[in-house]
Amino acid sequence: MSELLLPPEHRYAKIIKEQLNEDGNELSILNLGPTHPATHGIFQNILLMDGERILDAEPTIGYIHRAFEKIAENRPFYQITPLTDRMNYCSSPINNMGWWMTLEKLLGIEVPKRAQYLRVIVMELARITDHLICNSILGVDTGAYTGFLYVFQFREKVYEIYEEICGARLTTNMGRIGGFERDWSPEAFRKLDIFLEEFPVAWKEFENLFERNRIFIDRTVNVGAISAEKAMAYGFTGPNLRAAGIDYDVRVAQPYSSYEDFDFKVPVGKSGDTYDRFCVRNAEVWESLSIIRQALDKMPEGNEYHAEVPDYYLPPKEDVYNNMESLIYHFKIVMGEVPVPVAEIYHPVEGGNGEIGFYLVTDGSRTPYRLHFRRPCFIYYQAYPEMIKGALLSDAIVILSSLNVIAGELDA
Amino acid sequence: MALENTAIQEKLVSTFGDDVFNFQQERDIFSLEINANNNTAIILFLKNDPELRFHFLTDLCGIHYPENPADRQFAVIYHMHNWYENKRIRIKAFLNGENPEIKTLSTIFLTSNWMERETYDFFGINFIGHPQLKRILNMDEMISFPMRKEFPMEDGGRTDKDDRFFGRTVDNC
Repeated sequence: MSELLLPPEHRYAKIIKEQLNEDGNELSILNLGPTHPATHGIFQNILLMDGERILDAEPTIGYIHRAFEKIAENRPFYQITPLTDRMNYCSSPINNMGWWMTLEKLLGIEVPKRAQYLRVIVMELARITDHLICNSILGVDTGAYTGFLYVFQFREKVYEIYEEICGARLTTNMGRIGGFERDWSPEAFRKLDIFLEEFPVAWKEFENLFERNRIFIDRTVNVGAISAEKAMAYGFTGPNLRAAGIDYDVRVAQPYSSYEDFDFKVPVGKSGDTYDRFCVRNAEVWESLSIIRQALDKMPEGNEYHAEVPDYYLPPKEDVYNNMESLIYHFKIVMGEVPVPVAEIYHPVEGGNGEIGFYLVTDGSRTPYRLHFRRPCFIYYQAYPEMIKGALLSDAIVILSSLNVIAGELDA
Repeated sequence: MALENTAIQEKLVSTFGDDVFNFQQERDIFSLEINANNNTAIILFLKNDPELRFHFLTDLCGIHYPENPADRQFAVIYHMHNWYENKRIRIKAFLNGENPEIKTLSTIFLTSNWMERETYDFFGINFIGHPQLKRILNMDEMISFPMRKEFPMEDGGRTDKDDRFFGRTVDNC
């Protein structure tokens, strides 16, 4: 049987041949993925199994690799956002804003306070949807479909807010250099208010469904635990690291976009197991809601939504038709003829899964010389084989979904 | 007390002498160049020294500089982070173009395993001593290294996307 699934030169084939259990059962091979509903994305794991227990795993990734770093080297700066929102497509506004902030750091642009607060709001909304999907899908994988169906409608509500802000829902391509492409409509703020009113009720009920649920606890406590040292050595960041007990959060360590103005806690877990990851994400949703409320309260008066940087920010269309100067700026920006300093920039932001870093090297031309994305999923997914060793097959599924591995970010 | 750039520089220079050079503050990150032959010792020192404590490898990536002299055609860039003092550092190691190779960090940081595989996959940089140096995102049958500058992104025969029509030379794109 095993010969059909594995090429004979594979190292597992040799192990299976040599290992004969006393009761006559032989080890077996199981292909987990690449396309299976339980893996929530396209990744393959070749599992070496003794009955239902996993002895070893060999991950294969790259099924949706789209060469974003190569494409980015051939595109002007403003055309790179659509690439970033296809990385972690569950929280694309965070990636978009991270990319704009990288460019603003490069060009030395100061974004107005109001635009920074708007960015904080949309980034926290994105974090909420990201954690909402991860936690509710974790529920589905442990057999509880109800919670998922219940909270998932709020992702739709958030997408409607995105729609009001930028016109798109999933791959948002939101913002421009220096701020947003247009001011938020009153409808966006109205929808945000409704969301802030309705969502906490639902999220509380969702928490009640799971947090003290006997079945859920049995399925998740001490499953896929990772120690703080191991997590650090494997380059974990974000909720998965904080679940292991380390309170590293880019929003606190290196505040960007005025995060220092807000008062929020960094929830940490203890054991780094699946249950702790679930709880840390739950708690972070509450903190995100609190940040959004604070940002709305502190929002400066006026309707400033972008910085005055005519070299990089497209002028209004009426001006382009009627005004020589605006026409020139418009032409220069669209053709990518804008002044860019020669520099090396690394800008980290706290994404849904951890530190998303943009390492940008420019040579003064209209495209990046080199752009490297630090993708948290890619970095921590390499710990997966170690985390599932000795676990049951059903635990492997739960661990995978609690790590929140997003295929788009994994493969870039 | 914050970790000062000068303190890092003095410490490194007194330990490694000529192997560390070109210290500069690049915007918000302190960066330096190292001799690629001594990379593991320098990075291990940065990680374990009780004052420096750069214990977290944030990022590792490669860059191709075809215009550089032959012994500086490739670079491996390490970003390290000290969480205690919240200090980042960027380390560059330049490699020669003929046979780019550098020692692996996978015994120092578990996380560098896949990052190095990715760098090998895209640039063909050989990480000596790596436990499993094979392609990771591209297919195993591929023979070229796609992030090298000479690798064209699309069919070179296309005429509809020629940059010369927009008043640019090919190098300017």
